[in-house]
Amino acid sequence: MSGFLLSMQGAVSQGVLWGIMVLGVYITYKILNIADLTVDGSFALGGCVCATLIVNGGWNPVAALVISLAAGLLAGAVTGFLHTVFEIPAILAGILTQISLWSINLRIMGGKSNIPLLKADTIFSWIVDTTGLSQSMVSLIIGIVVAVALIAFLYWFFGTELGAALRATGDNEDMIRALGVNIKKTKMLALMISNGLVALSGGLVCQSQKYGDINNGTGAIVIGLAAIVIGDVLLGRLRSFGSKLTSAVVGSVVYFLIRAIVLQMGMDANDMKLLSAIIVALALCVPVAVDKWKLRRSYMEGGN
Amino acid sequence: MLKLTGVQKTFNKGTINEKKALNGIDLQLKEGDFVTIIGGNGAGKSTMLNMIAGVYPIDAGKIILDGEDVSRSPEHKRAKFLGRVFQDPMKGTAATMEIQENLALAYRRGQKRGLRWGITKAERQRYYEELKMLGLGLEDRMTSKVGLLSGGQRQALTLLMASLQKPKLLLLDEHTAALDPKTAAKVLELTEEIISEHRLTAMMVTHNMKDAIRLGNRLIMMHEGRIIYNVGGEEKQKLKVEDLLEKFGQASGGEFANDRMMLA
Ligand SMILES: Nc1ncnc2c1ncn2[C@@H]1O[C@H](COP(=O)(O)OP(=O)(O)OP(=O)(O)O)[C@@H](O)[C@H]1O
Ligand SMILES: [Mg+2]
Repeated sequence: MSGFLLSMQGAVSQGVLWGIMVLGVYITYKILNIADLTVDGSFALGGCVCATLIVNGGWNPVAALVISLAAGLLAGAVTGFLHTVFEIPAILAGILTQISLWSINLRIMGGKSNIPLLKADTIFSWIVDTTGLSQSMVSLIIGIVVAVALIAFLYWFFGTELGAALRATGDNEDMIRALGVNIKKTKMLALMISNGLVALSGGLVCQSQKYGDINNGTGAIVIGLAAIVIGDVLLGRLRSFGSKLTSAVVGSVVYFLIRAIVLQMGMDANDMKLLSAIIVALALCVPVAVDKWKLRRSYMEGGN
Repeated sequence: MLKLTGVQKTFNKGTINEKKALNGIDLQLKEGDFVTIIGGNGAGKSTMLNMIAGVYPIDAGKIILDGEDVSRSPEHKRAKFLGRVFQDPMKGTAATMEIQENLALAYRRGQKRGLRWGITKAERQRYYEELKMLGLGLEDRMTSKVGLLSGGQRQALTLLMASLQKPKLLLLDEHTAALDPKTAAKVLELTEEIISEHRLTAMMVTHNMKDAIRLGNRLIMMHEGRIIYNVGGEEKQKLKVEDLLEKFGQASGGEFANDRMMLA
């Protein structure tokens, strides 16, 4: 039983750390209205940068996270550049960056696909050493502190003039251009912030799992979308922007809990991606199906 | 105020879909002019307004706005001069944002948007007063999402947004065409009020010839990318719908019977 509880606790703390990535996905998918596939690459990028700096460079783990964040901003800028300047569709621009990041990540890690952080200091090991708390408890605490700080930051940012212009860019490009906003800049900024958060999350997950791996981000976008969908289903009734952001992180926690439970029930870990894709596909299909069903029904009623 | 010289625009140049939409437009507006624009479908009315606003680049000619040559500047840079209301009520407002947020976005048209808070308390008070003047009860729904409003309400809101930061030129492209007759009349009334109250320079495309004659101090008729009739002052006051139909008939070789203009 305690093994089960432990794995649940681990799932919650992982969910919160990945929740920071979900915040990034929320910005592009929900606010800017584009599905940005850079995410898979930038999540791995954050981890690879972090692992390399800490293990090979002997960097301070906090400084390494800052560089991870910066690397993510840069990755977002590349997608933004392809999308806004050369008008490549956002999905394709994201795929191009994602694919190139795979090679770049491998180079960053000096040709190794995995770098373990076993003996290196991380922010998690610091706090475990000073407080004596368990690893997953510390992950949870750090995750919550960072997530709350980022939600507060995003809440503030999207309330500013610039943030409002960014939200309007996702809502109605014609309108916001007519109001004097350069939508190339706002889209670029959104993609940068989004991928910055994703890479930061990648760096944090790398430090908590004690390894960086070029395959760490595979399927991250689907996890992000699934978490957003789950958060929406659970807390969609809450209207304020702050609660929307919170529900993205909560969605991530629930996603990892579901994952831990089905794994406990004996599901193959490799099937988890299929399950995530089904969750997202269902979430996208259900509203359409319901609409169609309503249309059919209203026709029959009208005919009587 | 506004000066167009030899403005030309061809869409899809060099393809089978090539379409000469503007064929050398010359036009000059003085401060405070209110011009109504009529013409058949595809005459180039929307294109002319879009060229002034910079939605697409022009092929040739010059556009001078308030003494500044804007011929080649992008849409977002010209926005500081222009208030715009589109035909489609969905186009002028952000549906997922609050009424007051839409107003705050419009209030900052042409200004640098930084990290100050997106809407201040003093602004809210002002928006309340302005919304009250529309007489649609929107002042009590300032935190409602614009998506909940009707087409007419959205169009009235867009009109208010266009005038919140006084524009050098107001561009109205059939902005009442998608509304039911009663709502259209109300929005048109608001348009007149706003234009006269702020003494705006304005261009209004319409398919209603009575409105085109009644409103404004100048009327232009377009056909196949040209201005074929440009009339102001007393001559315009004396115009009748029949005169316009005749003018139009001459230009199009009598084939106007099935045109939407007839319906007006
Ligand atoms: N973006 C575009 N791409 C290609 N062709 C266009 C475009 N915009 C307008 N046109 C063409 O240019 C011509 C002029 O169109 P415009 O929309 O200016 O007409 P209009 O006078 O506003 O007509 P309406 O009364 O129907 O609104 C039309 O033949 C139209 O098909
Ligand atoms: Mg038109």
